[in-house]
Amino acid sequence: MDIVINGIHYEVDNNTTILQACRRAGIDIPTLCHDDRLEPFASCRMCLVEIEGSNKLVTACSTHVKDKMVVYTHSEKVIKARRDVLDLIIGNHPLECLSCDKSGQCKLQDYCYEYGIIESSYLGDKREPYVDTSNPFYDYDASKCILCGLCVRVCGELQCTSAIGFEDRGFDTIVKTPFNEGLINSKCVSCGNCVSVCPVGALTPKAQKFRHWETKEVQTTCSYCGVGCQLNLIVKGDKVVGAQPSLEGPNDGLLCVKGKFAYKFINHPDRIKTPLIKRNGKFEEVSWEQAYRYIRRKVIEIKEESGPEAFAGLTSARCTNEENYLFQKLFRAVIGTNNIDHCARL
Amino acid sequence: MITIEELKRIKEEQRPILEKRLIEQGNVNINEDGSIVLNGDYYKKQVRIALKNCGIIDPNNIKEYIAVDGYFALANCLINKKAKDIIEDMKASGLRGRGGAGFPTGRKWETAFLYDADQKYMICNADEGDPGAFMDRSILENDPHSVLEGMAIGGYSIGADKGFIYVRAEYPLAVRRLRAAIDQAKELGLLGNNILGTGFNFDIELRLGSGAFVCGEGTALIESIEGKRGMPRTKIYRTAHKGLWEKPTIINNVETFANVPVIFQKGVDWFRSIGTEKSPGTKVFALVGKVENAGLVEVPMGTTLREIVFDIGGGTQNGKEFKSVQTGGPSGGCIPANLIDTSVDFESLDKIGSIMGSGGMVVMDENTCMVDIARYFLDFTVDESCGKCVPCREGTKRMLETLDKIVSGKGEEEDIEKLESLSETITLGSLCGLGQTAANPVITTLKYFRDEYEAHIQDKKCPAGACVDLVEYFITDKCIGCGACARACPVDCISGAKKELHVIDQDRCIKCGACMEACPPKISAVIKR
Ligand SMILES: Cc1cc2nc3c(=O)[nH]c(=O)nc-3n(C[C@H](O)[C@H](O)[C@H](O)COP(=O)(O)O)c2cc1C
Ligand code: SF4
Ligand code: SF4
Ligand code: SF4
Repeated sequence: MDIVINGIHYEVDNNTTILQACRRAGIDIPTLCHDDRLEPFASCRMCLVEIEGSNKLVTACSTHVKDKMVVYTHSEKVIKARRDVLDLIIGNHPLECLSCDKSGQCKLQDYCYEYGIIESSYLGDKREPYVDTSNPFYDYDASKCILCGLCVRVCGELQCTSAIGFEDRGFDTIVKTPFNEGLINSKCVSCGNCVSVCPVGALTPKAQKFRHWETKEVQTTCSYCGVGCQLNLIVKGDKVVGAQPSLEGPNDGLLCVKGKFAYKFINHPDRIKTPLIKRNGKFEEVSWEQAYRYIRRKVIEIKEESGPEAFAGLTSARCTNEENYLFQKLFRAVIGTNNIDHCARL
Repeated sequence: MITIEELKRIKEEQRPILEKRLIEQGNVNINEDGSIVLNGDYYKKQVRIALKNCGIIDPNNIKEYIAVDGYFALANCLINKKAKDIIEDMKASGLRGRGGAGFPTGRKWETAFLYDADQKYMICNADEGDPGAFMDRSILENDPHSVLEGMAIGGYSIGADKGFIYVRAEYPLAVRRLRAAIDQAKELGLLGNNILGTGFNFDIELRLGSGAFVCGEGTALIESIEGKRGMPRTKIYRTAHKGLWEKPTIINNVETFANVPVIFQKGVDWFRSIGTEKSPGTKVFALVGKVENAGLVEVPMGTTLREIVFDIGGGTQNGKEFKSVQTGGPSGGCIPANLIDTSVDFESLDKIGSIMGSGGMVVMDENTCMVDIARYFLDFTVDESCGKCVPCREGTKRMLETLDKIVSGKGEEEDIEKLESLSETITLGSLCGLGQTAANPVITTLKYFRDEYEAHIQDKKCPAGACVDLVEYFITDKCIGCGACARACPVDCISGAKKELHVIDQDRCIKCGACMEACPPKISAVIKR
């Protein structure tokens, strides 16, 4: 069908939302509560747009296009509404950007900058302070929460744990564990998917201190299991300081507790980074080249001496599927034994 | 299984018993056409359709409902009409939803009818959460079968075999009566499987709401029935398409359903002859506030506010000057005295910035401060906002804070502009009807009573003398020094020697007004200013 966005005609499919149509057309629509993987929630009201012939503004994320629809994404009325929404949000938000971990990667900060909101026009009450630091991997500071509901919905709709939910209502609404038992006593499995989606600094990893602009992201495959989850390691200097799930892999933007939080071994001093060969009762660091040569020599020797059944191979759940496949191939086809197993069977 | 003959037999058997009882009671008139109406001036000017059986039949006895033609409309529909015919009749009747928005019921049913699905649902919205509203309660408590019958007719027409009544738990009597009514209807075979041998199945279950106003909003109500937190859904699909458990669902108000059987009993033409062209039929109002005869009033649409407030309601109490009437509950607007001849129908009320809503009607007199009224309704909304969307959750709170400032004499010039700007954003930008209408009391009072806002802000005065922070009690020189006021004052802040002028210490006065009441009426030396 044919729709007009800001004066330009576009051809779009049935069942497309205005937001999808705009994104495809390269028109930026601000959103705080939207996530393509979740049911539209339409709570933040940042994606409000104007439709010709209608008095009300509609949310682009939850309105399907109609043939001949005429949409304005940045009209005066729309901009005023978005500015007011931001004004209202920061009216109930501590302006602690100087000390907030999220600074530089906070959607609220970005939109306030874009829409020219410096401080709130409202000096009234703020949400009752509440923090939960009981989880060993991440912290929750309710005063920074903008109630976009992304964490609640990711935990319920995608992670299927439903450890957290909304409590109380109106101005007192807050995200909490049931009966306020605290994250550590809740059903939370510490997957951190809520932390990954929080657009502001309300849910943050118990992280090393860093500023987002000091880091770069390196995409990699999670080494903890065979699923092959894609993640972006957040790297500051030569140190990994965080992990963010990638939307591109089979994990569709999700991780488990290991992928999300268990990256600290990477920088651990005890971590073995080079092959070791035991000489005179002591492990000595060698190069990969030396190690391979040693293995090759020994394999040939032992195979000639005692036959292939003298070998047994044990591989690891922390290698990728492909690596495990190659390892068993090496044992079966090259060495010639079926004595091959995997730690996940133990 | 009950047959139509059996239904007729019950009617013939029960009717004389009912009439005898009513004649003995002596408070009704039995007309020649068989209709029964309550006696008295208050009722004379009313036309009762939704309330027609209230106060007349015994709600605990299904046979009395049958004696006043109950369930014959359902029988007629099931036996003689196709689903499509019923929908056409409903559309022709022009019945509009009585739950607030006034959406045409026939068109709504048609939408659900047209969707093909293995399961559809019919829901009765009995959450009645508007403060001061009790019309649905009255129907549920006094005539529960009319609602069940309306739901069954609706269910048959859209193809639903399951109905839910979402009723607030604060209505225990209504819940009990509904339970009893459902049981009796099932026992007689008027609900359940193969109703009247027609092969139509329809079952109704109750679901109790726990007192959240927002659960009266259709999608929040559905969430609540599904066992989730009562928060409105964004309407990417209409509930008639994907509602309860993603199935086509129709939600109607109690009063809407109560109108349905009558329409099929007396016909579309009869129904259309009452009310106005665009709003046929009647509407029940809960007339409350500073009015002489408070109570439920059912009048044809198009009746003027004057007729309701003065002719039926008897005007304001104690001859005070009438100032305004608020319609539509917390989402409605305050209508000033000069618009008292406005006719009460969906369009006319909308035009002057108010709404029909579910039928709340609060009368206000000269002693009501309009800023304080706006504050009162907003206080309710702030409490009842579900907290999902930003404009309503944060915006109504900021608006309330601003109004609090104004009524306590701390208002500033720019506050009015701020209120107007915020009203616009909340109205345009909120997710559900609660937020979208939350600013109405402020918008209408600013429109019609702006001078009161200005008096509060500029002169730090409350013209109605209602805002405690802006009034002071003062003893004029009419004082004879009797000391009655000083003895009445609970904080002992009145001093003065016997037979001499008494003085109130304004710093300590808590503005309870006890002094004014204590001063002998002949003297009336204490004034509020
Ligand atoms: C905040 C809010 C509260 C509502 N409360 C009620 C209610 O208590 N009872 C009711 O029938 N409708 C209520 N409604 C209206 C319903 O959403 C819905 O429009 C109505 O039940 C439809 O029935 P009708 O077409 O028969 O009027 C409410 C709407 C909103 C936005
Ligand atoms: S860490 Fe995972 S399980 Fe725990 S609350 Fe967050 S999303 Fe839910
Ligand atoms: S904690 Fe973060 S993700 Fe969760 S609702 Fe608050 S702002 Fe949104
Ligand atoms: S308008 Fe208010 S009640 Fe409705 S969804 Fe938004 S916060 Fe909830």
